[in-house]
Amino acid sequence: MSSSAPLLEVQNLQTHFGTVDGVVRAVEGVSFHINAGETLGVVGESGCGKSVTAMSILRLISTPPGKMAGKILFKGTNLLELSEPEMQAIRGKDISMIFQEPMTSLNPVLTVGRQIGETVMLHEGVSARDAEQRAVEMLTLVGIPAPGRRVREYPHQLSGGMRQRVMIAMALACSPQLLVADEPTTALDVTIQAQILELMRDLKTRVGAAIMLITHDLGVVAEMAQRVIVMYAGRKVEEGTAEEIFLNPLHPYTRGLMGSMPKLGSSLHETGRSKLTEIQGQVPSLRKPIIGCAFAGRCPNVTDVCRQMAPAIELKAPNHLVACHYAPRVAVAA
Amino acid sequence: MFAYTVRRVIATIPVMGIVALFVFSLLYIAPGDPAAIIAGDQATPEDVERIRASLGLDRPFIIRFTEWLWRVLQGDLGVSIFTNLPVSHMIKQRLEPTFSLMLLTLTFALSCAIPMGVLAAWKHGTWIDRLVMLFAVLGFSVPVFVVGYVLAYTFALQLDWFPVQGYTPISNGIGGWVSNLTLPAVALGSAFIALIARITRATMLEVLNQDYVRTAKAKGVGQRAILFVHALKNAAVPIITIVGIGFAGLIGGAVVTESVFAIPGVGRLVVDAILRRDYPVIQGVVLMFSFTYVIVNLIVDLLYTVFDPRIRY
Amino acid sequence: MSTTTLPPDGFTPAPKLADVLPPRKERSKLGMFAYRHPTIAVGGFMVSLFVLMAIFAPLLWTVDPTALAPARRTRPPSELYWFGTDMLGRDVYSRVVYGARISLIVGFGVAICAASIGLFIGLISGFIRAVDAVVMRIMDGMMSIPSILLAIAMMALTRASVENVIIAITIADVPRVSRLVRGVVLTLREQPYVEAAIAAGTRTPMIIIKHILPNTLAPVIVQATFLCASAMIAEATLSFIGAGTPPIIPSWGNIMAEGRALWQVKPYIVFFPAVFLSITVLSVNLLGDGLRDALDPRMAKRI
Repeated sequence: MSSSAPLLEVQNLQTHFGTVDGVVRAVEGVSFHINAGETLGVVGESGCGKSVTAMSILRLISTPPGKMAGKILFKGTNLLELSEPEMQAIRGKDISMIFQEPMTSLNPVLTVGRQIGETVMLHEGVSARDAEQRAVEMLTLVGIPAPGRRVREYPHQLSGGMRQRVMIAMALACSPQLLVADEPTTALDVTIQAQILELMRDLKTRVGAAIMLITHDLGVVAEMAQRVIVMYAGRKVEEGTAEEIFLNPLHPYTRGLMGSMPKLGSSLHETGRSKLTEIQGQVPSLRKPIIGCAFAGRCPNVTDVCRQMAPAIELKAPNHLVACHYAPRVAVAA
Repeated sequence: MFAYTVRRVIATIPVMGIVALFVFSLLYIAPGDPAAIIAGDQATPEDVERIRASLGLDRPFIIRFTEWLWRVLQGDLGVSIFTNLPVSHMIKQRLEPTFSLMLLTLTFALSCAIPMGVLAAWKHGTWIDRLVMLFAVLGFSVPVFVVGYVLAYTFALQLDWFPVQGYTPISNGIGGWVSNLTLPAVALGSAFIALIARITRATMLEVLNQDYVRTAKAKGVGQRAILFVHALKNAAVPIITIVGIGFAGLIGGAVVTESVFAIPGVGRLVVDAILRRDYPVIQGVVLMFSFTYVIVNLIVDLLYTVFDPRIRY
Repeated sequence: MSTTTLPPDGFTPAPKLADVLPPRKERSKLGMFAYRHPTIAVGGFMVSLFVLMAIFAPLLWTVDPTALAPARRTRPPSELYWFGTDMLGRDVYSRVVYGARISLIVGFGVAICAASIGLFIGLISGFIRAVDAVVMRIMDGMMSIPSILLAIAMMALTRASVENVIIAITIADVPRVSRLVRGVVLTLREQPYVEAAIAAGTRTPMIIIKHILPNTLAPVIVQATFLCASAMIAEATLSFIGAGTPPIIPSWGNIMAEGRALWQVKPYIVFFPAVFLSITVLSVNLLGDGLRDALDPRMAKRI
């Protein structure tokens, strides 16, 4: 780990929503950090709380039904204690976010240039003309041909891949230090996916931003992330470097995820399996408090201890944190 | 864009044709014998026959319709049974008060309703939201003429801030014109404001839940810009659609409001015609108002292109 | 880190986390329903009250609403005459209570008729293209005529009666319902399960009844509720300008129409029926709002 303080440090984040049916505990005690310039992958299945965590960092959660607790330290300042205007100064400038659905994430009635330029006008106080110029520069940077023409066009005139590039342009326009990317390639074709990831890698070195890359696609994580955290039912269950997580997964859930990936070239002969392995059972409901380990209902190695006592996150190997009572023993047995 | 305009204009022609056909056919689809009803209880069989002939009910439908349509296209809406004056002339005399009332009401209602709706959507779930919605439901539920009477009783009769009834033409001074039309415009506008405030709120809520608003927030855009730059423009199309449709209610309400406040407009004309069973007048007014309604909706269609760049082709 | 019971050796429990939001209040089943759907609760309750009032009118300390007594005309509200008397000496309270019958009959009558006819037309138009082209054009034309004017024109040609009022208002409202149903049918037709049913060889009437109809019911019911409210206002408006129910029958609109001439000096004749009408319409509108929110599938996911 780097010797200086991390860029972003999340401590015991809890994000709960009050619904008519009860309290939904979307994020329950998640802690992690991101260092300057590094890419952190956040993996987990749908509903595990990864997106809510990301939105909580930028305080995009609507606080009448939702409520957050814990600390989110960005360069030492607790974001949860800032006023809304102070938060607005940070969004788009120091921390930016891109979202999953490029088709609906751009305003259909405003031109592309206007939407990119808005960030610049807002945070750097430039004129409209200069903002448009900057928008053209950003469009060039993200690889959109004929940027001078495109800047006056509307989102519906662009393809999905191009729209996502516009989103990236908007997010990076003010050179943020942290980019939160929530499933940026999930909604795109595979070939476009590769291009977008390549673009992100390229821009990251250029702008020097840290990236929090949220995805359920392990392949994307393997390609892009230096460190990875695995989330399940609103909790962090494992954390480590990308190599550690992929080569030596210790938490039963992570092992299940790795095992359920179809591997190109694996045949019945090699693996002895004719079907994809799946993780039995279902994610527990987040509306009720979970007693014991959240994964207890689906874990192949579950014991009574697991059902009664939730495991704390502990260091089980170098650079490798796991929330499982039996983690080291499971690793040895495999 | 030009092609779109032309297409919309041409599309109104068949609609107006159907309207004309329908208005004309009312005479034929009404249950019972319209000639007898119009002639009244004291009429002799000769009177009834005379009415029947003047309405053309003794001749074949197609012939009668074509003749009638031809005359309408030339501006001839028939002759009043009661006054024997041309209907179009009677209508023309009373256009200014009605037109003034509707214009004032529309301006007043939109400037109240849209901010109300935006406010309610912004403060969704708080007491402000509930209060605005309560007002909206009330405005929707209390008939226009009841609102008219309440306003007239309180502000004209008791407080004497406005005249109780009557109309001052604009040529006699703007002050009097506004003063006479204020209470009627508020009364007439009450239901309309309710409608527009509700649709504004509902549309704004939907828009504010859209992904692109989330993107704007993530860029650090402030609340006011989000509401008025990002959201409202997207909400405009459904809102003005309902403004166009709600215009029908405004027309209907004008008829009653003119009765309550004794405004000598086209609405009063219709009410008087009802009492006298003067069908040609009723038919003429219904036709005129319907055509107006179609034109208003055409304007709404054309306004779409201003707000939504996707509707230009 | 510590809990009240000691953990087994070698295991570290996760730290206990505090509740972020206050715990939910426990409520009875009825209370839960009223909490989740306040508008249905209030609106439904009020509407039921008015229906009961209309049904049990003779038992509510009323006298004959049509009994004339010129000697007692235009008395202000008092112990004897709760809402006063009108210009013909009739007890306004009794007239208002009995008037509920007419308004509710017209309201429900229009709602049921317009909803049924509109449903029928909408279903057919949604399925048979030839019918759709012709019928929808006619509906568009009809919708271009403001409904009150349409009703006025029809009432001008017929004898004044409650039935004719219901017919006139229904005809004015049918186009809107049929358009709504047609829209729903067109969307539903594209649904995969309908395509699957067609592919499986199900005959068209069966498809309509089993797959399409149930999904149109929710929006139609909501629309019918609003139609009821607007029909009550329409009846009052028509009666008010003399094109509605015959003056013999006490309806809220008629009472107000008769009280018009004296409103400046005896406002109570217009006031009481106005209040009753407004509250009834308000209740129906609240009920409609509540039903719409409850039946809208999008609201089900509401957080």
